Amino acid sequence: MYQFNYHQPQTIEEARSLYNKSEDGLYLAGGHTLIPSLRQRLSSPSDVIDLSSIAALTGIERQGGVLRIGALTTHDSVATSEAVLGHCSALATLASGIGDAQVRNRGTIGGSIANNDPAADYPAAILGLNATVHTDQRDIQGDNFFSGMFETSLWAGEMVVGISFPSVTAASYVKFPNPASRYATVGVMVARIDDGVRVAITGAASCVFRASAMEDALSSKLSENSLDNVAIDPDTLMSDIHASAEYRAHLCGVMARKAVAGL
Amino acid sequence: MANISVNLIVNGKAVTQECPANSTLVDLLRDQLQLTGTHVGCDTSQCGSCTVHFNGRAVKACTVLAGQAEGADVVTIEGIGSRESLHPMQSAFRECHGLQCGFCTPGMIMAGIDLVNRGDASDEASIRSGLEGNICRCTGYHNIVKAVASAAVEMGVKEEAEG
Amino acid sequence: MTEQTIGQSVLRKEDMRFITGKGQYTDDINIRGQAYGYFVRSTVARAGIVNVDVSEAENAPGVIAVLTGRQLADDGLGTLPCGWLVLSKDGSGMKQPPHPVMAADAVNYAGEPVAIVVGESFQAAKDAAELVVVDYDEKSAVVDLATVQDADQLYDEVPGNISYDWELGDKDATFTAIDNAHHVTRLTLHNNRLIPNAVEPRAAVADFNPATEELTLYTTSQNPHVVRLIFTAFVGLAPEHKLRVVAPDVGGGFGSKIFVYSEETAVSWASRRLGIPIKWTAERSESFLADAHGRDHLTEAALAMDEEGNFLGLYVKTRANMGAYLSTFASSVPTYLYGTLLAGQYKTPSIYVEVEAAFTNTAPVDAYRGAGRPEASYLLERLVEIAAGEMNLSPAEIRRRNFITEFPYQTPVALEYDTGDYNASLTRALEMADWDGFANRKAEAELRGKKRGIGISCYIEACGIAPSQVAGALGAGVGLWESGEIRVNPTGSVTVLTGSHSHGQGHETTFAQLVSSRLGIPVEDVEVVHGDTGKLDFGMGTYGSRSLAVGGSALSRAADKIVTKGRKIAAHLMESTEDDIDFDDGEFRVRDSNLSKTFQEIAFAAYVPHNYPLDELEPGLAEKAFYDPGNFTFPSGAYVCEVEIDPDTGETEIVKFTAVDDFGNVINPMIVAGQVHGGLAQGIGQALLENCVYDDTGQLLTGSYMDYCMPRADDLPDFDVDTTVTPCTHNPIGAKGCGEAGAIGSPPAVINAITNAIGVRELDMPATPERVWRAIQEGGRS
Repeated sequence: MYQFNYHQPQTIEEARSLYNKSEDGLYLAGGHTLIPSLRQRLSSPSDVIDLSSIAALTGIERQGGVLRIGALTTHDSVATSEAVLGHCSALATLASGIGDAQVRNRGTIGGSIANNDPAADYPAAILGLNATVHTDQRDIQGDNFFSGMFETSLWAGEMVVGISFPSVTAASYVKFPNPASRYATVGVMVARIDDGVRVAITGAASCVFRASAMEDALSSKLSENSLDNVAIDPDTLMSDIHASAEYRAHLCGVMARKAVAGL
Repeated sequence: MANISVNLIVNGKAVTQECPANSTLVDLLRDQLQLTGTHVGCDTSQCGSCTVHFNGRAVKACTVLAGQAEGADVVTIEGIGSRESLHPMQSAFRECHGLQCGFCTPGMIMAGIDLVNRGDASDEASIRSGLEGNICRCTGYHNIVKAVASAAVEMGVKEEAEG
Repeated sequence: MTEQTIGQSVLRKEDMRFITGKGQYTDDINIRGQAYGYFVRSTVARAGIVNVDVSEAENAPGVIAVLTGRQLADDGLGTLPCGWLVLSKDGSGMKQPPHPVMAADAVNYAGEPVAIVVGESFQAAKDAAELVVVDYDEKSAVVDLATVQDADQLYDEVPGNISYDWELGDKDATFTAIDNAHHVTRLTLHNNRLIPNAVEPRAAVADFNPATEELTLYTTSQNPHVVRLIFTAFVGLAPEHKLRVVAPDVGGGFGSKIFVYSEETAVSWASRRLGIPIKWTAERSESFLADAHGRDHLTEAALAMDEEGNFLGLYVKTRANMGAYLSTFASSVPTYLYGTLLAGQYKTPSIYVEVEAAFTNTAPVDAYRGAGRPEASYLLERLVEIAAGEMNLSPAEIRRRNFITEFPYQTPVALEYDTGDYNASLTRALEMADWDGFANRKAEAELRGKKRGIGISCYIEACGIAPSQVAGALGAGVGLWESGEIRVNPTGSVTVLTGSHSHGQGHETTFAQLVSSRLGIPVEDVEVVHGDTGKLDFGMGTYGSRSLAVGGSALSRAADKIVTKGRKIAAHLMESTEDDIDFDDGEFRVRDSNLSKTFQEIAFAAYVPHNYPLDELEPGLAEKAFYDPGNFTFPSGAYVCEVEIDPDTGETEIVKFTAVDDFGNVINPMIVAGQVHGGLAQGIGQALLENCVYDDTGQLLTGSYMDYCMPRADDLPDFDVDTTVTPCTHNPIGAKGCGEAGAIGSPPAVINAITNAIGVRELDMPATPERVWRAIQEGGRS
C-alpha cells in the first residue's frame, strides 16, 4: 500500500469535512474492495476516511413497507436479518452468496454499490428491487445510480448513507459464480413489484443493466416459458478468459429462468 | 505521513501499538506483536490463511487496516488453546489429519470455529461452502471437512454442558 | 512390550506446533538488523535491456542499496544450471541458453527479476522499486507453443526455439505396427499449464557474516543440500563448508520448491555483498509470475490394435513448453519422467515417443506434482478410453485385455516394473464405485435433467527416484541416493536425521514409526530432524514420491547397523557371542536362555563404557547409511470418477470419486490417504478448474486467485480411497511412494467421465462449464 493519512470520524459531518480538506480522499466502508485495491497499489489516496465509527450508517429498519439498510451494514447482517428476510428474502439470499464468510463479516452494502464492480451482486438488487440510494446530500433512484464500469452518479465526496427497498410482491436472485473469484459471472434478480416485473442482470456486461425484453415478456406472463424466445444480445456483454459473451448471454437466460422458477 | 496509534485487545490482552497508517491488521499481528501463527498466503483476500476473529467473527486480517482495529477484540490462533488445553477445533484437526504442511491451518481453524459458532456446520455440504474463503493445497479438504464436523459435535456438547 | 506401529494410523507428531500457531516458516524468522528485499521485475515478456536507472530509487527514503543484474554478473556470479542433460536424436546435447540470476542484457518473460531493492523496511523497498526505470527495447514475444519454430528466434544458439528433440523406443517396429493394425485410435490434446500455488509463498532470509564469511540461508526448499551444492558449484556464492541452508517448516511444495530460483540466489548474493541479513518473501502475485509452472504439453498420439483390442503399438509426439529458460530439472520432466511411462499398465509391444522441448517467453516450466507422469497418464488413459469406444469394448475390458500380468516386466520404454497387480486394483475400484449400478444412477439423473457419466483411469508412475547409475547414464547431474542417520542417546531415546525434507508429508511421524519399530522403542522416543545442512549429512531432498522408498530405506539400513552394533555390545555384557544374540521388540536376548538386555541398557552401556569391549568396538551408538535404490518403484492404481453435468450451464459436479492405489507396504494409512486426497484435489483441479493463460504478448492473464481457479472445499467431493498391496521387491521397506499418485491418476478419470456423460470424443482440460456447454452444443448427446 502507498502511504496515506488515516482518519476515523465519528459523524457524517466530520467525515465530509475531512474529505473536503484532503487532497485526494477516499471513504472506507468495510474495505473489502478498497483494501485489496490499495494492496495492489491500484489506488493511491492521500487520505483514507474510515466510516465504520459513524453509528448513523449502520442498522436495518423496516417501516411502512420500506426496508432501509444503513450503508455500513455488513453482508452477513443483511443475510441473517429477520427484517430483511421478512421484507424480501431474495435480498438476504443475494447477500448470503457474496464472497465468502469472512468477506461477508466485513464487506458492506454501501461500499459495494459505491464501487460498482461490474461483477458485484448488490447492484442487481438495487436495480432489480427498485431501491433508492440515500446519500448525505440527496436521494438517487436505483435506476439512475449506476452509470458504467466502476462508475456511479455519486458526486466527488458524496457519501452513500443508506438504501431503501420498497415492498415487493416476489423476488428471486440466482447467480452463476465465477469459479475463481466467486463474483458473479452472471447474476439475475427478478422481482414483481406491484404490477410490474423488473429484471436486473449483473456480471454479464460492463455495468449492471435491466433486461427490458425479459421484463416485457415476463410482464405479460410471469412464467419461465415466457423467456423461451427472449435472448440477450452477446454484443452488449463482456468476454474474458472465464466466459465468452455468447456464453454469458446464454447464462443470462438460464439464470433468469431459474430466478423466475424461484419466485 | 504520521504513524497511528491503535488500542485493541489481542488474545485477551490490551495492547497499544504505534504503526504506519498503511499497515494491515496482519502486519500488526505478525510484525509488531510477533504473533506469527497468522499467515499470509495471498495479496487478493482470497486464501484465508490470515483469518482471525475480530469482535467474535472470522475476518481476513490482510483486509483490515490496523486503524480499523481500534477498540476491537482480536483473537488469533495463539489465543484459542494450548498444548495442554486445545480448543476442540484444534484437537479435531489433529485427530482427523486435517492438516499437512500446516500453513493454511491456523486460518482454517479460525474459520472453522466461526462456522460452527454461526450454526453453519450442520452437514458436509454446508461445511464445504462455509469454507470457501480458505484455500488449502495439501489436503483436498476431505479431512478438514471431517475435522470441522467432528469439532462441531464436540463444541455443541461443550456448550450444552456449560449452558 | 512396545506397541508395533507399522501399518497404524499414528497421529502426527508435527501437528501440535501447527495447530497452535507455533510452526516456524521462513517468513516467521527475523534476524536482528535485517533489511528487506523487493524485486524489480520485467513488465514485458521479451526485450533487450537498454538501461537500468536506479538513481532515484537509491536516494529514496529507507533504501540501503539497489543492485542490478548487471552488477551481479560483474561480480562474477554464475548462471542457474539445469541439472539434467538430455540428448537430441542426433546425439547432440540440449541447447541451454544461460539462465541469469537477474537479467542484465535481456528479459525473456514477464516477471523476470531485473534488480533488487534493499530497504530498511518492506514498504521502503517496495516503494523504491517503483522508482527504478528500466528502458526496454521491446520485441514481439513468442508465446504460442504450436508455432515456436516459425516465430522469432529467442536465443542465437537455439534454432527454431527447440532445446532438444529427444526420442525413445523402437520407431520402425512402432510404425510397422501402426501400418498393419486392424484399428488405430488417434488423439491430439493439450495438457494444460498449471501454477503450483503452494499456499506458503517462496521466501528467503539470507544472513552473511562478514567476520566468518559464512552465509546462512533460511529458505522454502524441498531440498536444502541441493540448493547449497548449486550455490557453490555453479553460482559461486560461497564454498560449501561456509554455506548453511536451512529449510524450516515449509508450507507445501508440490515440486515448486525443488528448484534453485533467481530470488533466493539474488538475496543471498545481496546479503554477501552488503554484509547484512536480508529477507525476501514473495507476494502471491510474484509466485504466479515467477514460480516454475507445470505441464503444458501439446501431443498427438496413435494407438494400434488388433481385432481383439490388443495393443500393438503406440506412437506419441509431444512438444513440451520449457518457458524462457531451462529450470533446475526441467529437461527431465517431458523425457525420462514422461516418455518412459508411456507403457502404462499395458503390455504394448512397441512404443516410440519423440519430444521437442521448446522455449517461449513465459515463466520457466519444471516439475509439478507428478512431473511428466501425469502428462503420460492423461494421454494414455484418454487414448485407451477412446479406443475402447471405437473397438466396442467396455473401458474395463480393453484395459484388462492389455494389463501386464507377469513380473518383472521390461517395458519397451526402458523401465523394468518389479511388481504389481493391476487387475486387483481395478476390480476393487469398480466394486467400490458400484460400476454395475451406474446405468440405474444415470437413468435416475436423466429424470432430474442431469447427464451422468463415469470414467476409469489406470495409472502407473515411476517413483523412488532413482538408481544413480541409471540416472547418470540418462543425463542426471547428481546422484539420487538418500542419507539417513540414527543417533541413539545414552538414555535410549533416538534422534533421526534424514536428507528427505518434510513439507506436509508427515515424515516426522512416518520415519519415527519406521525407526521405532526397527529398534523396538516407543514412537514418542524418536525425534526426526530434517532440513538443515548444518545438522545433516548431504541429502537429496524430497520429490518424486521418494522419501519413504529411498530416505526411509536409508534409515532402515542405519537401524540395521545400530542393531548389529547393539548385538556386539549385548554379547559382551551377557558373556555370549554375537551370533547367539537375538534382537526383537527392543530386547537383546541370548538365544535359549533367559538372559536379556533392553535397548536402553545397551545404549547406556555404549556411552558409559565401563564394561565394554573397547579393544574391539568404539563407544557410542550412532550409525548412518546412504541408500542408493536398485530400481525405480512403480506405484499404480485404478481410479473411477462419476460426474453429473447440468446441460443448461455445462457445470460438472463430481458425485463420486474412487481411488484404489497400490503403494506397496504402508507405514501410516492415515497419512497415505491424506496424500492421496491432496493429489486428487490437484488432479481434479487440473481437469476442471486450473489453467494458466498468457495473452499473445506474454502477459500472464491468470496472475491471481481472482483469475486462476484454485480448488476449494465446495468444488470437491468426499473421496473413497483404498489400497491393494504388492510390496516393492527391491527396497527393505517394500514401499513404493504415494505423494503424486492422486495428481497422476485423476485427470483422465475426470475427463473420461465427462466425455462419457455428454457423448463427445474429445474435450480439453480444464473442462470449464463453458467448454462443456459448448461441447454439448457442438455435438454431444442432447
